[in-house]
Amino acid sequence: MGVPVPQGRLATSPTFAGIAANELGGTVVVKAQVQVGGRGKAGGIKVAASPTEAEAAAAEILGMDIKGHTVHSVWVEEASDIAAEYYASFTLDRSAKKHLAMVSAQGGVDIEGVAESDPDAVVKLHIDPVVGMTEWQARELVYRAKLEPAATRKAAAALKKLYEAFVSLDCDLVEVNPLILTGAGEIVALDAKVTLDANAFYRHPDFADFEAAFTRDPIEAMAMEADLNFIKLDGSVGIIGNGAGLVMSTLDVVDLVGGRAANFLDVGGGAGADTISNALEVLTQDSGVKSVLINIFGGITRCDLVAHGIIEALGRLDLPWPIVVRLDGTNAEEGRAILAASPNEQLIAAATMREAAEKAVVLAGSN
Amino acid sequence: MAILIDESTRLVVQGLTGKEGQFHGFRNRDYGTNLVAGVTPGKGGTDLSGVPIFNTVSEAVDATGANTAMTFVPPPFAADAIMEAAAAGLALVVAITEGIPAHDEARVYNYVTQTSASRLLGPNCPGLLSPGKANVGIMPPEIALPGRVGVVSRSGTLTYQAVHELTMLGIGQSSCIGIGGDPVPGTSFVDVLDLFERDDETDAIVMIGEIGGDAEEQAADFIKANVTKPVVSYIAGVTAPPGKKMGHAGAIISGGKGTAAAKMEALAAVGVTVLDDPTEIGNAIKAIVD
Repeated sequence: MGVPVPQGRLATSPTFAGIAANELGGTVVVKAQVQVGGRGKAGGIKVAASPTEAEAAAAEILGMDIKGHTVHSVWVEEASDIAAEYYASFTLDRSAKKHLAMVSAQGGVDIEGVAESDPDAVVKLHIDPVVGMTEWQARELVYRAKLEPAATRKAAAALKKLYEAFVSLDCDLVEVNPLILTGAGEIVALDAKVTLDANAFYRHPDFADFEAAFTRDPIEAMAMEADLNFIKLDGSVGIIGNGAGLVMSTLDVVDLVGGRAANFLDVGGGAGADTISNALEVLTQDSGVKSVLINIFGGITRCDLVAHGIIEALGRLDLPWPIVVRLDGTNAEEGRAILAASPNEQLIAAATMREAAEKAVVLAGSN
Repeated sequence: MAILIDESTRLVVQGLTGKEGQFHGFRNRDYGTNLVAGVTPGKGGTDLSGVPIFNTVSEAVDATGANTAMTFVPPPFAADAIMEAAAAGLALVVAITEGIPAHDEARVYNYVTQTSASRLLGPNCPGLLSPGKANVGIMPPEIALPGRVGVVSRSGTLTYQAVHELTMLGIGQSSCIGIGGDPVPGTSFVDVLDLFERDDETDAIVMIGEIGGDAEEQAADFIKANVTKPVVSYIAGVTAPPGKKMGHAGAIISGGKGTAAAKMEALAAVGVTVLDDPTEIGNAIKAIVD
């Protein structure tokens, strides 16, 4: 995107890391490739003065567990001549409803600590999304953050490019830390965290493939494939609901009545029979589930279609647990009638959300 | 008097000829809402069950005197549709569309507030309902009852849950407003609290929040300074797992705000009745209004 970065190579074995270091020449930095912060503190970044050292560093880092993420590859890059480490980020400030640029002359590992102990050291500037970041705003950020005066023009240009990437690639976050000033006076992005907006994937078809490639949990991958919003938790009551707020509150009520949710699963708005059936299939993959609670308050979602989905799944799949169903809202009576017309001892109807949670928790305990 | 929509509402639906737009637009009409027009580019001059279809919103406004728009346009075209409705001078634009990219929302919000007097509700919201008067959106109206409690919520289905709990106890509602759960809602809790506070037909307010952002904390500040009516609140997500990590930037901006605990504490501190069980909303209001 026009922002300079160090030369580097991806390596999946120590041998390849050695070859990469040889190609790059001189001192290199070997970095763990994981989607989590704090890898430097965890020992996932090492400096190597020769290809042999790079091979040894890669051997240590590959296979390492960093906050639950196993390291499968390392990035080997030329060591940079660092004169200063800066911080730069672009995100949406939900409170102000504008883009927010943050720049600091004190980049590096502890930017959150800097923001807390010396708030003035992190310069914040709101950007109107209609206008975009202007030249003067980029300069103002550089001056106010007191970056090296001689680098003003290049730093302002880098900020402008980063902002353009933030907008054109539909990022929720672009955070470069550190953004360095080299001994030769160049501005280089040494490391970055970028979060993409899943709602904008239709404009960037390659992003969805990229995200899928990094989803390691097989159940989450299956849910993503079926367009379900699923998060694995550690309890025993499987939860299916419509709307993030209702599903979150279902988790809360299960907790209140003494149980623990096995997952968060939101089928979204307008779920059809196949969506519900797929959701039940996803839960069969989790051996921790002992009972299932389906909590639907139909608005755009129709309860009759939900009921058809449940019946379809019972016929198609071997569902190993009791299912407590609470239906209200659009076509709720039709939905309840459909379930009542297919008596099945696995299906338990509940009149309210609280009653459904209580029943599901008791069943999870006895199953 | 209800807030934002009532018998004087004249509704134009953007995307009325689509499947969802048709189902909900006509369900709104069946409820008694005055559905005056639909807009679908290329279908101007036709009509759907007696409702005239126009190519542009401004044509629809000129011909029918529409004052409220409901947008049922797919995400890639929704931002444009909202700006068109605001440019046509509608007082209220209700955006139901879910899945609009965040950058589009930020641009639309700033464009609408800078260039028009329109109020945007949503996007990604269930709309609003003034029981017995008008329904604009996707809320199932049969769960509501005319009355004097105002309901405002970030979550669609939790709004229905709260309204249902009230109705089961025979407690009616003045207006039920879903502001939507997206990062840049056109109308905030503060805006709706202000409207309910000024509404002679609202005696008490139910406010349903959820984790993330600082809209509930802002609402707490507003309530302390401006709201005299009793407020009952529930925040979803007490036990929810932490969401998408937003890097250091997210942590620096939020500064400890955004958790359910922080929101509940902020609201309780200004005298709001804060519940940890959403199924107790009805009883809590009953204890106040009885």
